[in-house]
Amino acid sequence: MAQTIRVDGVRKWYGDTHAVDGVSFDVEEGEFFGILGPNGAGKTTLLEIMEGLRKPDDGEVSLLGMRPWPRNPRLLPRIGVQLQASSFFERLTAREQIRTFASLYGTPPAAADHWLEVVGLTDKADTRTEKLSGGQAQRLSIACALVHGPDVVFLDEPTAALDPQARRNLWDLLREINNQGRTVVLTTHHMDEAELLCDRVAIMDHGNILKSGPPAALVRGLDAPTRIGIETGTVPVDGARQLFPDAEVSDDGVSLTVSTRNPAAVLSALADRNALRGLAVRGASLEDVFLDLTGREYRA
Amino acid sequence: MTSERPLDGDTLDASTAPDSAPASAVATAPPAVVDRPAPGGMGGQGQAGRARRTTSFLSLARAMFLGFRRDRAGLFFTLLFPLVFLIIFGGLFNNTGTYKQSVLEVGSVPLIDQLPADARAELGQVFKITKVTDRAAALDKVRNGDDEAVIEQVGDRIVMHYSAADATGAATVQGVMTSLIQNANVDATGQPPKFSLDSDSVEDKSLSYIQYITPGLLGYAIAIGATFGATSTLVTWRQKKILRRLTLSPVGVPTVIGARIVVSMGIALIQTAIFLAVGAGFFGLKLSHYWWMSIPLIFAGTLSFMSIGLLAGAKAKSMEAASAIANLITIPMAFLSGSFFPLDGAPGWLQGLAKVFPLRHLNTGMLDVMVRGKSPVSVLPEIGILLAFAVVLSTIAALMFRWDDI
Repeated sequence: MAQTIRVDGVRKWYGDTHAVDGVSFDVEEGEFFGILGPNGAGKTTLLEIMEGLRKPDDGEVSLLGMRPWPRNPRLLPRIGVQLQASSFFERLTAREQIRTFASLYGTPPAAADHWLEVVGLTDKADTRTEKLSGGQAQRLSIACALVHGPDVVFLDEPTAALDPQARRNLWDLLREINNQGRTVVLTTHHMDEAELLCDRVAIMDHGNILKSGPPAALVRGLDAPTRIGIETGTVPVDGARQLFPDAEVSDDGVSLTVSTRNPAAVLSALADRNALRGLAVRGASLEDVFLDLTGREYRA
Repeated sequence: MTSERPLDGDTLDASTAPDSAPASAVATAPPAVVDRPAPGGMGGQGQAGRARRTTSFLSLARAMFLGFRRDRAGLFFTLLFPLVFLIIFGGLFNNTGTYKQSVLEVGSVPLIDQLPADARAELGQVFKITKVTDRAAALDKVRNGDDEAVIEQVGDRIVMHYSAADATGAATVQGVMTSLIQNANVDATGQPPKFSLDSDSVEDKSLSYIQYITPGLLGYAIAIGATFGATSTLVTWRQKKILRRLTLSPVGVPTVIGARIVVSMGIALIQTAIFLAVGAGFFGLKLSHYWWMSIPLIFAGTLSFMSIGLLAGAKAKSMEAASAIANLITIPMAFLSGSFFPLDGAPGWLQGLAKVFPLRHLNTGMLDVMVRGKSPVSVLPEIGILLAFAVVLSTIAALMFRWDDI
C-alpha cells in the first residue's frame, strides 16, 4: 500500500520548548489518521509541518512523494487544509466564500455550489459567514478545504467547540470524505471522536508520539479491566465480593460496579442469579489508553 | 464500537482518485463536477497558469472590495466622515471672500452717485449700498450692528459714521471711502495719476477656501482609506489565518498583494470622484487644466499610506490595537500636512516637520495640479517622494512581518 505521508524524525523547537520532539510515522493512502492529544501537545505544529507551513528544525516530511517545505506549488492543488473554523474572508456570504476559495485553484463556481450542497448549506448560501452557527461554519470551512478535489485533507480540530448534535453531523461528513478515497489527517483532543472515526491514531503529548495504531488495538493492548454495572440492591455488595474474589467491587448507591479481567465469568454468574437489572458493560476506551500512557488527568 | 468505522483500509483501491470515488454513503456526495487542474499546469506556468492567476487575482480583489463595501464603520470613516468635513468647511467658510459691507447712504452722496457705471459696479462688489432718508434711524442701525457704516455728504465733505464695536468692518469701509475720495481728488486736478497700485494675489485668483480644502480633505480621506485598508487586511487575515491559508493555495504572495493594491487604488479613485463632484457641484470648486495629473499622485500616495498601514499592523495583536496605532499616525499627519487649514502661519520648524509625512507631499502636489494650475511635470518630485516613502516603509514592514499573532 502506498505511503501518502511519511514523517521521519521531525523536530521543532521554539527556544527551549520542544513543540515536536523527534516524531516518525507513516500515513497510507486513503487512511483516516488521527493525531490525538491534549491542548499544547504539539499536534497543530506537527500538522503545520506536514502541510508545509513550517520548516522542521530536523527530520523530513514527504507528502505525496514531494517535500512540502519550501512551499511547493506542484503539491498545493493536491492537498486541502482547514486551519481553523473562522478562516473566512470578512463579510462574504457562504457562496461567495467558497467560490473565492474555488477560484484560487481554478475550480469553476459550479463545483463550489455543489460542495455547498454536499455539506448541506445550500439554503444558507446567501448568509454571511459571521452569521452561521458553529457547526455550519465548520462544515463550510471543510467544504472550502475540499472544493478543489484534493487527495489529502488536513483538518485541525474540526469539531472543537461544537455541540453534540453538530459534532455527530460533522462526523458523517468526515466519514463520507474519507469514503471517497481521500486520505484524511485530523487532530483532535476528543478521544471518542478519534476512536469512532480513525483507522489509526497517534497519541501525542509533550511533542512526542507515545503510541500509535488502530484504536481498537490500542485499547486491547491496554489489557484494562471491564467494568460491569448493575442496579444497586440487585446483589448485596458483600455477596458480590464473595462471588468474585478476583474482581474489584464498588457501590455508589446507584450502581454496583464489578471491575474484572474475566467479564464472561462475571456475566454468567450474574445471569444465573437473574441479577442483570440495569446492566451496563463498559470496556476500556481510548481515553483509558491515553490516561494510562500519560499517567495523569486528561487535560482537555 | 470500532465496527462503525466507515472504512477498512485494506479494501481501498490504491489507485482510486477522489473524482472517481465509489458510490458514497450519502446520495448527494459524488463530487464528479470537481475539476482538478492537470498536474502539468500546477506550477503556474503556461496559459492555464496565467488564466488561473487572473481569475484568482480578480476573485481576491472582489472579495476584498465586497468586504470593504459591506463594512459600515469602514465606509463611514473613509467616505462619509471626510465628506462631512468638506460640507461643513465648504459651507462655513466659502462665502467669506464675497462678504459685502452694508453701507447706508443718507440723502444724496454725489461722490458715490456720480461714479461711472464700471466703477459703480466695482464698488458694488464690496459694498451693499442702501439709500435712506432718516438719518437718526440709520445711525441707530449702525449702533446696533445691523449695518457697518452711514455715509453722508455735506458740500465737499464726506462724513462716515461707524461703530467702534465693529472695527474690521469700519476699517474696510473707511479704506474704500478714502480711496474713492483720493481718486476723486486726482480727477478734480485734471492730471493723470502719477502712481498707481495694481494688487494681485500670489495665489491663483480663484484660490478660495473650497479650492484649498477640497484637495486637503481628499488627501486626508485617501490616507485614512489606504492606511486602514492595509492594516485591517493584514491584521484580520493574520488573526483568522487566512494569510497562512492563502500560502497553501497555488496563489502566490504577489497576487494577494497586487489585489489589495488595486482595491485600495480603486477606493481612492471613488473617493476622488465623490469629492470632486461634491466640491464642484455644491461649493463652486473649479479644477485647473491639469487636474488629471492628481491621479498618478493619488496612486503614489495610496502606496505610501498602505505601507504606513502595514507598519501599523506589523506588531499589533488585534484590530483594535492596530486601529489605535493607525489613528495615532494619521490624525497628527492630517493636521500637520495642512489637510484642514493652511500651514502658512505655522512656525518654520513645524513646516519642516510636516515634510516627514507623505500626506504633506500629496496635499502639496494635488493643490498644485488640481487648483493652482501648475504643469504636470512640476509634481514629479512629489510622486517620487511618495514612492520613496512607500519603498522605505514597506521594507521596514516586511522586516517586521509575522505570520502569526503571539
